[in-house]
Amino acid sequence: MSEHQHQESHVIEYGNYIFIWLGLLAFTGITVTVSGINLGNWTIVIALFIACIKSWYVLNYFMHMKYEEMVFKIFILTALFTFFIFLGFTFWDYSFAR
Amino acid sequence: MAKAAVPVEKLEPSYLDVSTNKYKKGILSWILSVDHKRIGILYLVSMMAFFCVAVFFGFLIRLELIAPGKTIIEAQMYNQLFTLHGIIMIFLFIIPGLPAVFGNFFLPIMIGAKDVIFPRVNLMSWYMFAIGGLFAVASMLLPGGSADTGWMFYVPYSVRTTTNVLPALTAAFILGFSSILTGLNFITTIHRMRHPDMSWFKMPLFVWSLYATAWIQVLATPIIGITLVLVGIERILGVGIFDPALGGDPVLYQHLFWIYSHPAVYIMILPAMGIASEIIPVFSRRAIFGYKYIAFSSLAIAFFGSLVWAHHMFTAGMSDAAQFVFSFITFVLSIPSAIKVFNWLSTMYKGSIKADPPFLYIMSFIFQFSIGGFTGLMLGALSVNIHLQDTSFVVAHFHYVMFGGTGFGIFAAMHYWLPKMFGRMYNLKVATWAWAIVTIGYNALYMPMFVMGYLGMPRRYYDYLPEFQPYHVASTIGSWILIIGLIIMFTNLYIGIRRGPKAPMNPWGGETLEWKVQTPPILENFHEVPDVHAGPYDYSKYEAKKETTK
Amino acid sequence: MSSTDHAAAVHQVHRDDYGSRLGMWLFLFTELILFGGLFIVYAVYRFMHQQEFHLAAQELNTTIGLINTIALLTSSMTAAMSITAMQKGNLRFSKWLIWVTIGFAFVFMVNKYFEWSAKIHHGIFPGSKDLLAKPDGEILYFGLYYVMTGLHTFHVIVGVIFFLFILRQIKQGKITSDRYVRLENSALYWHLVDLIWIFLFPLFYLIH
Repeated sequence: MSEHQHQESHVIEYGNYIFIWLGLLAFTGITVTVSGINLGNWTIVIALFIACIKSWYVLNYFMHMKYEEMVFKIFILTALFTFFIFLGFTFWDYSFAR
Repeated sequence: MAKAAVPVEKLEPSYLDVSTNKYKKGILSWILSVDHKRIGILYLVSMMAFFCVAVFFGFLIRLELIAPGKTIIEAQMYNQLFTLHGIIMIFLFIIPGLPAVFGNFFLPIMIGAKDVIFPRVNLMSWYMFAIGGLFAVASMLLPGGSADTGWMFYVPYSVRTTTNVLPALTAAFILGFSSILTGLNFITTIHRMRHPDMSWFKMPLFVWSLYATAWIQVLATPIIGITLVLVGIERILGVGIFDPALGGDPVLYQHLFWIYSHPAVYIMILPAMGIASEIIPVFSRRAIFGYKYIAFSSLAIAFFGSLVWAHHMFTAGMSDAAQFVFSFITFVLSIPSAIKVFNWLSTMYKGSIKADPPFLYIMSFIFQFSIGGFTGLMLGALSVNIHLQDTSFVVAHFHYVMFGGTGFGIFAAMHYWLPKMFGRMYNLKVATWAWAIVTIGYNALYMPMFVMGYLGMPRRYYDYLPEFQPYHVASTIGSWILIIGLIIMFTNLYIGIRRGPKAPMNPWGGETLEWKVQTPPILENFHEVPDVHAGPYDYSKYEAKKETTK
Repeated sequence: MSSTDHAAAVHQVHRDDYGSRLGMWLFLFTELILFGGLFIVYAVYRFMHQQEFHLAAQELNTTIGLINTIALLTSSMTAAMSITAMQKGNLRFSKWLIWVTIGFAFVFMVNKYFEWSAKIHHGIFPGSKDLLAKPDGEILYFGLYYVMTGLHTFHVIVGVIFFLFILRQIKQGKITSDRYVRLENSALYWHLVDLIWIFLFPLFYLIH
C-alpha cells in the first residue's frame, strides 16, 4: 500500500511559480477582454472555461496536486463530482417547466 | 455469559484510571483529555443527557395529543416542543450517537491504532458539540420563546417568526461543524492509521460504515451550514435570498436543506447498519455473509443517498421532470439497503444463535428498519406521495427508520460494548425484559400513526377530528410503555456499569480487535499490535468445535 | 505496505505530514462545498433572472475587481514560494514572502472596503430603499454579491490570521526546513481563497 510511504517532499523552483503566475495573469487578461465582446450566452461559458483553466493551474502547481499521490486526486475528484451532482440535480427542477 | 472459563488475569490500569494530561483526577482530566476513549465517553454522557430531554418533550407532545383540543399545553408551546424535539434528537442524539460515541471509542481499536490521527481536533469537535448544545438550550430559555419552525427551518416562516430562531440556527450550524470534524478525522485515520496488515477488506464492517458516513459528513454538511447562515443573514440584515417578498425562491431553500438533510439520514442509519453487521456474526457464530457486498453497499448508499433529496418536496411545486428523476433514484436506493438485510439474514442461516440483548435489539432493528424502509418506498412513489405527504404516515415512517433503526442500533451498541468500555456487566435478564418492553412500546407508539396518516391525520397538527382519537390514544399509551422500557433499560445499564460483576475480556466471543484488548482498554489500547491476518469474522474454530461436540 | 519498520514509525511517532495534508484537503472540501451552496443559489437565480443580473452587474467596477484578482493571484504565488524557501532552509526569505502575501491580502481588503463603501454610498445595500425599488433579480444579485464577497473576505481575514500564526511559529522554531506541514496547510487554505475568487470575479464583474 503505497499511500503509507512517500514522506519526502518535492521542491518546486521559484522560476516555475513565476511562469505559472504569468500564465494566470495572461488568462485573467483574456477573460476581461473577452467579456467586453458580446457573444450572447457564450460569454458565461467562456468565462467559466477560462476560470477552470486557471483553477487547474492553481490546483496542480500552487497546491502541488500534481506531485501528490493518487489518493489526493481521487479525493478531490470525489469532492468536485459531489458538488456538480448537487448543482446539476438542482437543475432537474429549474430547467424544466414548473 | 458465553465464556465463563476466561481466566481473570491481573488487570493493568485502564484508560479510566490513567489521565493523559496533568490533571490526575476529576472533571478536568476528562474534558481536557485527548484520549479517543475518554472523548467517546464525554460524547456518551452529553448525548444521553440531551436524549432524555428530547424524550421528555416527545412524551409531552404525545400526552397533548391524547384528546382533541387543548389537553395540557397551548398550541404555541406545542409547536415549540416538536421543534425542539426534532432539533435535539437529530443534531444532538442521532447524528453523533454512533460515530462520535462508539466510533470514537472503537474505531482506533478496531483498526489496531493507538488513537485517531488528530486527537486535539477530536476534542475540539466535542467542544463544538457542547457549545452547539448550549445554543440549543439557550434558544429554549432566552426571552422570546424557543423556535417554532419545525426542525427544517422552512423559509419564509423562519425569517418572519419572532421566536428565537437565531440561537437554534447557530446551534445547528456549530453542531454541523462538530460533525464535519469527526468525519474528517475518521477518514484520515482510516487511511493512515490502520494496522499494516489490515488491508481494506480486513476492516470490520462497522469501520466501513463509518468510512462511508464520514464522507457524507464532510461533503454534505457544509451545504446545511451555508444555508442556515443565509437564513440567519436574511433574518438579521434583510438581505434578499429566499424570501419571496424580495424575489427569492423558498423552494430553493428546500432544495438546499434537503441536499444535506437527506444524506444526513444516511449519516444516521449507516453506522447502525455497521453495528448490525458486527453483532449478527458474533451471536450467530458465523462469518458474515457477503462481506464485500455489505462494504460496497455502504458506499453505494452514501452515493445514491446524495441523489434523492428532492423526494421530500414532491408537493412543493417542482418541475415534473425533477419529480420523475428523484422518484426513480429513490427506488434504486432501496437496492443496497436490501442487499444488507439479505446478507444479515443469510449470515444467521444455520448459525448457532445466542439471543443475548445486543442480538435482540438488532432483531428489532431489522424488523423496524424493514418496515421503515418499505414505507419509505411507498412515500417515494409519486402518486402515493400526493396522498401521504405531510400526514402522520411520514412521521411514522421517519421514526421507524430513525428510532426503530438507528435508535435501536444505538441501544444494541450500548448492550454490546458498554461492558468493554466500563469493565462491568449489566444484568442480562433485566436487559432482555427491557428489550421486550421497549420493542412493544415502540411499535404501539408508531404503528397507529401509519393508519391514521393514511386516513388523513396531518402531521404537526395540534388539534384533530374526533374520529382519529382511538389511534392517538393507542399511540400515547405506547409512548408510556416505551418510556417505562427505556427507564428500565438505562437503569439496568447504569447499575451494571457502577456495581455489576467484572466483565471478562470477551463476553460475547467476538473476533474483532476490540475483544483482544484488556477490559477496560489500557491508555493506548495495545502493548503490541495483535495479529490481524485472520480477518474480522473468522468463526472457523467455533464451527470446528461444533462439529466435534455434536 | 510491506515495510514493518515504517509502520512502526507511523504508530509510534505522532507526526504524519502526509496525514495532515490529507486532513487539510478534506477540510478544504468542506469550504469548497460551503461556497458551493452559494454558487448553486447564484446559478439558480441567474438562470431565473438573466436580464436583471446583466443590468445589475453594470454597477460593479471591473477595474477594482481586476486589481483584486491580480493581488490574490500574486499573493498565491508568494505563498507557494514561501514553502520553497522553507524547504531550502532560507527562513528569512520565507518569512519575507509570507509578509508579502499578507500585504497583498491587505491590498485586497482595502480595495474591497472602498468598493463596498461606494456601493453603500450609492444607496445599494440590503434593505435600502433604492435597492428595494429595483426589480427582484437585481435585489437577489446584490444580496448574493454582498454575501458571497463578504464570506470570501472573511476567509481572507482568516487566512491572514493563519499566516500570522505561522510567522510566530517560525520565530519560535516550531516550523523548520524539515518540519513545515503547517506552513503548507496554511498556504493550501490561501490558495483555496484564491480559487474561489477566480470564479467570483467573472461571475460578478464580467457579465456584460
